[in-house]
Formats: sequence, C-alpha cells, structure tokens
Amino acid sequence: MSGAVSLPEWLASALIVLGTSFALVGSWGLVRLPSLMERLHGPTKASTLGLGGMLVGSIVWFQLVKGEWTTHELLVSLFLFVTAPIAANMIAKVQLHRLRLGQTPGPAGPPPAAGPDSDWATYEAPHEGTPGCFREE
Amino acid sequence: MTGPVLTAALGFGFVALGLALAMNLWRLFKGPDVADRILALDTMVINAIGLIVLGGIASGEGTAFEAAMLLAMVGFVGTVAYCKFLLRGDIIE
Repeated sequence: MSGAVSLPEWLASALIVLGTSFALVGSWGLVRLPSLMERLHGPTKASTLGLGGMLVGSIVWFQLVKGEWTTHELLVSLFLFVTAPIAANMIAKVQLHRLRLGQTPGPAGPPPAAGPDSDWATYEAPHEGTPGCFREE
Repeated sequence: MTGPVLTAALGFGFVALGLALAMNLWRLFKGPDVADRILALDTMVINAIGLIVLGGIASGEGTAFEAAMLLAMVGFVGTVAYCKFLLRGDIIE
C-alpha cells in the first residue's frame, strides 16, 4: 500500500460512518421518544437505512478495493428491506389490540369507531369472499 | 488489509453500534409494555447484523455475511412469532 488513501476507501469509510450514525440515531429514538407508536419510527426507518449504508460500504470495499464479487450484501439488504416494514406492522397491530383491550395506556387511547356497520380491518375477521381466506365450517 | 481511514471508520462504527446496543438493552429492561420489548429485541438484531457486517469488513472474510443473513432471517421470524402469539394466542393455527 502506498501512502495515499484511495478514493474507494474514502467512499467505503464515509458510508460506514454515515450508516452507523443512522443506526445510533435510531436507537437513541427508541430510548428518547415518549410512546410506542412514536418509538416505532426510530428503529424501522433510521436503523434500517443505517444498515443499508453499512452494506453499501461493504460492497464498495469488497468490490473496488479487494476485487471480490459477493452477493451476500445484496441478499441481506433485500431481505432486510422486505421484512422490516412487516415486523413494524405486526408490532403496531399488537399495540392497537392491547390499546383496545385496555392492557396498555396510550396518549391517544384506542382508535375511534370506524363506521356504523364495520370495524377497522385490524380488528375484524376477514369478510366473505376475501382471496386467501378459508373459513372453517 | 484495511487502510488507516477505514480502520478509523470501523473504530467509530464499532463504538456507535455498541452504544446503540446498550440503549436497546435499556429499553428492553425498562419496558414498559411487551410491545416495547419486542421492538427493542428487533432493533438489537438489526444492530447485531451491523456489527457482524463491520466485523466482516475488518477481518476481510466473506463468511461473516452468511451469519448476518441467518440472523436477519431468524430475527424476523422471532419478531413475527411473538407478535402473532400476542395477537392470536397461538403461533401456527
């Protein structure tokens, strides 16, 4: 290695610093914000984006500096970006159900009634004829 | 081998992720509700994946990414299973 630092190394380093900073901010949001629905924002957006930054930095490092072709980072980031919203949605559903059952206090309380003849989709059983819904007779 | 700039960046990253894990651990113990604890565990898995990725860059071995991928899958399945259990009282109906 010569004394000069190459451009890909600068790029990878910047991406790693940026990514870990985002992960740190996400975790700080998890500690700092007052209620669960607000706390969901930190980890689901900032931390996931931060991990994306770290993975892009890793791709840059392994491709441009070491010249090794790996698809693992792509697979990890694809899987993570698909699953993170689903996990957040499940946690929000748990919170909504516990709010309605009165098992946890929330700043806004349980959600208001949806309408005269049906409830919110989270609470209701699937309607007749919904694709993929199999009713037990 | 990692150069001086990348070594410094990796050092910063390890410290930042360690701090993040400590904060998640605080939320995991503090609660106050079950949903907070699930969220804290989910975030801990994300930060652990980040640590493994940084470790993979530091050691220069590609095998670390397989561990990261496995952790991503298992962490997601664990989160959804716990949420499902709280929602329905059962995991596989």
